[in-house]
Amino acid sequence: MKAKHQRLVLAAVALCGVAGAGVLAASALRDEAAYFRTPAEVVAGKTTVGEPMRLGGMVASGSIRRQADGLTIDFVATDGKASIPVRFKGIVPDLFAENSGMVADGRMRADGVFVADRILAKHDERYMPPQMGDMPKNMKVPATT
Amino acid sequence: MIAELGLALLWIAAALACLSLVAGIVFLRTGKDDLAALVRPASVAQGLLTATAFALLIALFVRSDMSVELVARNSHSLKPMLFKVAGAWGNHEGSMLLWLTILGVSGALVAIFEKRLRNDTLVATLAAQAALSLGFFAFLLFSSNPFKRLPVAPPDGQGLNPLLQDPGLAFHPPTLYVGYVGISVAFSFAVGALITREIGPAFARAMRPWVLGSWIFLTLGITAGSYWAYYELGWGGWWFWDPVENVSLIPWLAGTALLHSVAVTATRNALRAWTVMLAVIAFSMSMVGTFIVRSGLLTSVHSFAVDPERGTFLLALMAIYIGGALTLFAMRAGAVAEGKKFALMSREGSLVINNLLLTTILALVLLGTLYPIVAEAMGEKISVGPPYYNKVAGPLALILCLVMVAGPLLSWRKDDGKKLWSRLPAAAFAGAAVLFGLVLFGGKVGVLPLLGMTVAGVVAVASIAPLWKRNLRRTPLPTWGMVIAHFGVAVALAGMAAESAFIKERLVAAAPGETVKVDDFSVKFAGVSPVAGPNYTAIRGTLIATTPSGASFTLHPEARMFPGLMGTAPTETNEAALLTRPGGQLYVVLGQPVPGADGMSADRYQLRLWWKPLVWWIWLGGALIAIGAALSLLGRAQLIEIWRVRRARKAQERFA
Repeated sequence: MKAKHQRLVLAAVALCGVAGAGVLAASALRDEAAYFRTPAEVVAGKTTVGEPMRLGGMVASGSIRRQADGLTIDFVATDGKASIPVRFKGIVPDLFAENSGMVADGRMRADGVFVADRILAKHDERYMPPQMGDMPKNMKVPATT
Repeated sequence: MIAELGLALLWIAAALACLSLVAGIVFLRTGKDDLAALVRPASVAQGLLTATAFALLIALFVRSDMSVELVARNSHSLKPMLFKVAGAWGNHEGSMLLWLTILGVSGALVAIFEKRLRNDTLVATLAAQAALSLGFFAFLLFSSNPFKRLPVAPPDGQGLNPLLQDPGLAFHPPTLYVGYVGISVAFSFAVGALITREIGPAFARAMRPWVLGSWIFLTLGITAGSYWAYYELGWGGWWFWDPVENVSLIPWLAGTALLHSVAVTATRNALRAWTVMLAVIAFSMSMVGTFIVRSGLLTSVHSFAVDPERGTFLLALMAIYIGGALTLFAMRAGAVAEGKKFALMSREGSLVINNLLLTTILALVLLGTLYPIVAEAMGEKISVGPPYYNKVAGPLALILCLVMVAGPLLSWRKDDGKKLWSRLPAAAFAGAAVLFGLVLFGGKVGVLPLLGMTVAGVVAVASIAPLWKRNLRRTPLPTWGMVIAHFGVAVALAGMAAESAFIKERLVAAAPGETVKVDDFSVKFAGVSPVAGPNYTAIRGTLIATTPSGASFTLHPEARMFPGLMGTAPTETNEAALLTRPGGQLYVVLGQPVPGADGMSADRYQLRLWWKPLVWWIWLGGALIAIGAALSLLGRAQLIEIWRVRRARKAQERFA
């Protein structure tokens, strides 16, 4: 085999590999990418029950309720326009608090409760998830109780 | 005065970079030697001055000079000394100065030590390095001056993010940066060789130690970063596919590919264009990484201090460098002579597949990292998490490991497939033993972890095979390096697979005196007590873990509270407690107190316990990979050889 042919074969193999990887990536992205939604978008019906997603909002003041097992908490996530009840079992992050921002990974349940697997929170002045940038910084969070 | 002196040094260093660049261009255009003689000393001086400026910045942090804005924003007089020093690079401006320091120092090292390259190629390389420095000098001096004074000095500083106040993290960013920026030398070599059309084994041999060196630091940086995230964030994971982790992995993948392709170019004079291309890609990926981290483009647990405006500047710099190098490559592509040919079943063939797989993984990780940005530009907010990466990168990485089994056992140019099989029975047996053992006794194990452990078994045995029947004392250092690094991959892979397959987790709200079972351990929660650290207060839990054999160990997880300084909000961190055992690690996190029936006093505490089998093998593997690469570097750089020659020459001079 001449060197030129060898290059051609190599290029063809590489091209097939790249095409295959592209297909793999496209399908994986379609299946696994999680949409970021605000409570208003959830209420507007932009989400599918049971699909992995990310919910971002503020923790409504006075909404955190602890369950008797000492591990499960319920709270309300709000963006000022709509509110979504959230349930989470586990240790909440250090900076999780009422009236501050949070982002939760999880999925919507059929009854309209968002079940979170993981909660990220920051109320450090210097950190705000860019995805929450649309929200006014000193937004007044309506009390829900 | 220190701050002004630092700033002045930076301007002089920038001028020297300018001089190197202009002198280099004039020399390459006209061939006049008198200017070219300036390039080496100018590069050395530029490196020294930038390093001195960086040392002055550290001095400002050590002295807690609050009249300097950067110190006031990122330090505090009561902070422990180690974190004052680390504060110098734990922020945007300081880290960019560190970046420039490494650029300058690597250029200086090339100027001092590189003796194998043709003079014009070396001058072109140093000029390219100076051009890189110049852009970042502009960035630093015009938009991120670290030495800026405040009109009025505040009484004290604002502190440093508590999450960053960890000895491990103090050294993690510099290590990673040395790797990131060290690869700039490979980029400059590639540009230099493209300009003078000297692309061949000599160029590859000159570039090789630099690639190895920076790759060692990248490996160590990623390994250390993974361990930091593991014990400091308190989430129990060792890799989150977080954008900031990804952008350290991407240059590493490019570096790994380059490391292997440069071997082909150096030994067999093949894959020339590809090696040059990879050198350009590797540093481009480092710049993309810096850009992503520094511009705050992505949501990330790591994006501590973000500033989108500076991103535009960095983006422009990147476009100039990457675009320039690619244009040069396109212009010279025809001039790169065709390399030597080889059969697919050969060492070269396996390395080509290695490179294809590595670049594919690189592209998929990059895609996952950038996809959210593209989606956001089109009006959708999306996050891409571990499921995507595990799905696309996992299988490819396993195939890559299998190629790694065969590659080192094949000879250069052409080999026989049947002969390969005759070299593999022990490895195949090891793999089969692991697979059957797991299927019979392992219980329910996921497909990917199962394959991971099997492949780890095969790789572990096969990686040692190149030493088989060899005189170990005569085996060259690079061969030892390859064997140890590949064995390290097997160790890390086994750790990752075993951890994800056999992890045990308990989440409880426990009252003092209660005992929790996790795997074979019974862990007694003895209670909590308040403690005070140098700049924080904490609740410290005491847990006593007892193994089935009766040995008991005490663990102290802490929930720390850092008071807000200068009007910033107070912050809390969780310090996990770790118990390292031969079979894995017990990982305990103290969560929040649970209010009792009266709603006031806490009678229980949240506890999260994990038993993570073989988890520390992951970092052991990372360390082995770095050690292997270091041995290889020692062999390649021929330091010992150079030292011997010099000593002989000196001895001769003495007699003369």
